[in-house]
Amino acid sequence: MLCAPLLAATMASDAPAHDGSPAAFTSLVFVFLLATFIGLGVVTRVSRLLHTPLMSLTNAISAIAVVGSIVIAGQDHPPVITLLGAIALAASMTNIVSGFLITDRMLRMFKKPGAKKRP
Amino acid sequence: MSFWLIEAAYLVASALFVLSLHWMNDPKSARKGVLAGVVAMTLAVLGTFLNPGIVNWGWIAGAVAVGFLIGVPLSWVPLTAVPQRTAVSHAFGGLAAGLVGTAKFYLWQDAPENLTAFRTFAIVAEVILGFLTFTGSLMAAGKLQELKWIPQRPVTYPLQNVTNIGLLGVALACGVALVFQPVALAHLFPVIVALALAFGVLLIIPIGGADMPTVISLLNSYAGLSAVAMGFVLDNKLLVIAGALDGSSGLILSIIMCRAMNRSFTNVLFGAFGQVQRKAGVAETRTAKRETAEGAAQVLEMASQVVIVPGYGMAVAQAQQRVRELYDELTRRRIEVKFAIHPVAGRMPGHMNVLLAEADIPYDKLIEMDDINPEMAQTDVVLVIGANDVVNPAARHDKTSPIFGMPIIDADKARMCLAIKRSMNPGFAGIENELYFADRTYMLFGDAKAVVGDLVKQLQSSSSA
Repeated sequence: MLCAPLLAATMASDAPAHDGSPAAFTSLVFVFLLATFIGLGVVTRVSRLLHTPLMSLTNAISAIAVVGSIVIAGQDHPPVITLLGAIALAASMTNIVSGFLITDRMLRMFKKPGAKKRP
Repeated sequence: MSFWLIEAAYLVASALFVLSLHWMNDPKSARKGVLAGVVAMTLAVLGTFLNPGIVNWGWIAGAVAVGFLIGVPLSWVPLTAVPQRTAVSHAFGGLAAGLVGTAKFYLWQDAPENLTAFRTFAIVAEVILGFLTFTGSLMAAGKLQELKWIPQRPVTYPLQNVTNIGLLGVALACGVALVFQPVALAHLFPVIVALALAFGVLLIIPIGGADMPTVISLLNSYAGLSAVAMGFVLDNKLLVIAGALDGSSGLILSIIMCRAMNRSFTNVLFGAFGQVQRKAGVAETRTAKRETAEGAAQVLEMASQVVIVPGYGMAVAQAQQRVRELYDELTRRRIEVKFAIHPVAGRMPGHMNVLLAEADIPYDKLIEMDDINPEMAQTDVVLVIGANDVVNPAARHDKTSPIFGMPIIDADKARMCLAIKRSMNPGFAGIENELYFADRTYMLFGDAKAVVGDLVKQLQSSSSA
């Protein structure tokens, strides 16, 4: 419970330090570095059978750009900016929807050895 | 309070994205991976909706609806067209990154204190990567779809590489100038956008069909990196993590593809592979031996182990279902049938596996090149269906061959080889294949679907007789 006042204090400020300062930037570089190593480690173990579904899945995952697009399209900005954001949002949504759907469609086809054939 | 909810949603989403890729290590858990990805994405989107500044709900709803309207039909494409669909997705990913970067740059023109050197640098990287991925992927999709107005064969011209690298250099130089003077030199920004768009087109023009697996993987990586750059611009760790996962996945796939062709990145991007090799000297007047469907069926019936080597020709002819029927006929006779999958067979990584899985071939029969090669000497019959360069023994010994050093499936080491081919014309890469002239090779000429269909008919009639 010792940290409760601390937590309350930080929650009061509500917004994070959102300043693009060198410190914020380097912490992102660290995140990037570690995430890349995790990615390399996880992806090298992906079955070669599944490389096509892997690519469509990562396609959908990198459509995380949707987060940035929502912020641009959703905030109160001049119409041109909103339009750019809306196009970006539509493009990201397309990738999310088609990426997950087609990945699942492909994975359903990988039958377990000895499984019964489709009628 | 919303800050904490958003951060918590992003944290859980990050973990789920990693797990999603982790579960792809086995076909049994892979669908769970998709589910994890969907949950993560939903959390990320819902979390973002909590942002206090969001007011344009109409725009958001409209854009999301458009995404569904395009995305759902795009997931119904036939599996032979999956490489094109993937390229189009890379294009959309690049476009989104490029547009968000552009929007942020112009928004911050009115609040230049936000355009710190780091941020401006990240915006420049995001915009260059995003827009070059956009046009480059559209070009790749066009080539894969074999659109008439996009040249299929590699297009080369003098000083091509100098021009390309020069263009990129100018774009980077403009970017560096912007980092120092983000407001005064803002007019350089459209120049960077235009150069990146042009560079994407020029980068793909000299690349041929056989190199598409590498190029698609590389564009996959670029699309991920552009999302990372967006994360740097927006101070968003979730974007950085998800983008880095995509970037590293594309990188690994590109490395696997390059190794499978014994080539380097620079060679793929700047080598203009796939031109017809005009070897000096007259074409050798060797003749290949022909075999009829009847004879081939008899040979197959006598075998105890058959290895099928599928290639892009099988996909083009849509012969997968016939191949499944052949597989059924042979396994019914207690003949062991395996499929030898070369990493670059087809037009994208893993393409053959998906096509054969669609045809209901159990996945434990799809064997990687390195695992099947030791078995080749004990194999009675190898049946090559629409594959060419991946079984060309010249890769082992002919130093003048453009594919020298590429690991191949040792089809020539089997007791007998049957090769289905449309004609004796060299394949996409334009390289003569020695395998077809080997003593133990017999050719079956014709469309892959028709020939395999004939084989099946022969086997069916012999079993009913």
